[in-house]
Amino acid sequence: MARKKGRMAQEVNAGSMADIAFLLLIFFLVTTTIASDKGVLNFLPPKQDPNQPPPEILLNERNIFNILVNANDQLLVEGEYMDDASTLAEEVKSFLLNFGAPDEEAVALFNSLPSSLREKASRDPASSDHPMSGGAVVSIKTNRGTSYEMYLEVLDQVKRAYFEIYAERVGLTADQYRALTGRNPAEKELQDRGKEGIPMAISIAEPDKIGGN
Amino acid sequence: MSKFKKKTGTSENIPTSALPDIIFMLLFFFMVTTVLREQEIMVEQKIPQATQLQKLEKKSLISYLYVGKPKNTALYGTEPRIQANDVLITTNDIVLWVNQEKDQLSEVERDQITISMKADRDVKMGPISDVQFELREADARKLLYAAVGKVQN
Repeated sequence: MARKKGRMAQEVNAGSMADIAFLLLIFFLVTTTIASDKGVLNFLPPKQDPNQPPPEILLNERNIFNILVNANDQLLVEGEYMDDASTLAEEVKSFLLNFGAPDEEAVALFNSLPSSLREKASRDPASSDHPMSGGAVVSIKTNRGTSYEMYLEVLDQVKRAYFEIYAERVGLTADQYRALTGRNPAEKELQDRGKEGIPMAISIAEPDKIGGN
Repeated sequence: MSKFKKKTGTSENIPTSALPDIIFMLLFFFMVTTVLREQEIMVEQKIPQATQLQKLEKKSLISYLYVGKPKNTALYGTEPRIQANDVLITTNDIVLWVNQEKDQLSEVERDQITISMKADRDVKMGPISDVQFELREADARKLLYAAVGKVQN
């Protein structure tokens, strides 16, 4: 007589399920690279026609904010030595919003600015005329031996000055302004209103042959 | 001492039967977000920090250039090199490479191509400006300096 087998526990032991899942989890945790396509955006100038000399652009010296970075990563801002780049954004801002000799359009622009930005206008005749096109330009010049990190830090500071002005005009913080995608009309409108009349005029000069290869 | 008699009857086990479900949920999250690297990076990549980061909208328009010191210094030397796709190239090849990348895009998007330059922070401006010059020649003028966020003070 065949003995009946005990039909007590027919369950599959699921206790190690968590361990298996953990193992997989750790694998994906390690291999994952959360895609980070973030960075500082820059538009390069169009290429030069070798047959045509570069157009002569007449700009007054007072309208150019000169930033030089040498091969030792030392900064020369408007002819003065600067220790670190962290105060650069404020200087660029006060240069841009100087309104030394505004024409009619620039006066209209000035009147459209919020009062917090209007306060920055020091009306210094030795500084920029107005921030509109044909006015203030920020020029960054490096050596070939300047480190990329330093260059990016300087560019970052100049961009920060512009973004803070743009953001202030539309009543956002700079972070919020930069996060605008322009994908829907409302965001696009905010973006355009921020930079209207104040183009991002950053000139990046060809580096000198010093200190590099 | 009867005042401090231990309560009995309540089980003190935490039910762990939902643990696998939680773990699975995490697992699926990482499985979905993970991007397996399809190419090996042959140059050093210590991405510099910046504060004014912008995010790019269309991933399909981005092409990546890696600039840095080669990892295999015995084979490629110590001077910074440029990596495109999975080969090290010289500056002269950049125009060709940009045109190849442009060919992969549809005709309307061709001039919107964005180059994301992932350069090591120890690279000097010399090689960087050479790359920029070639990109101007190739008419790929939208350039993103890849950077990671820095805490603002």
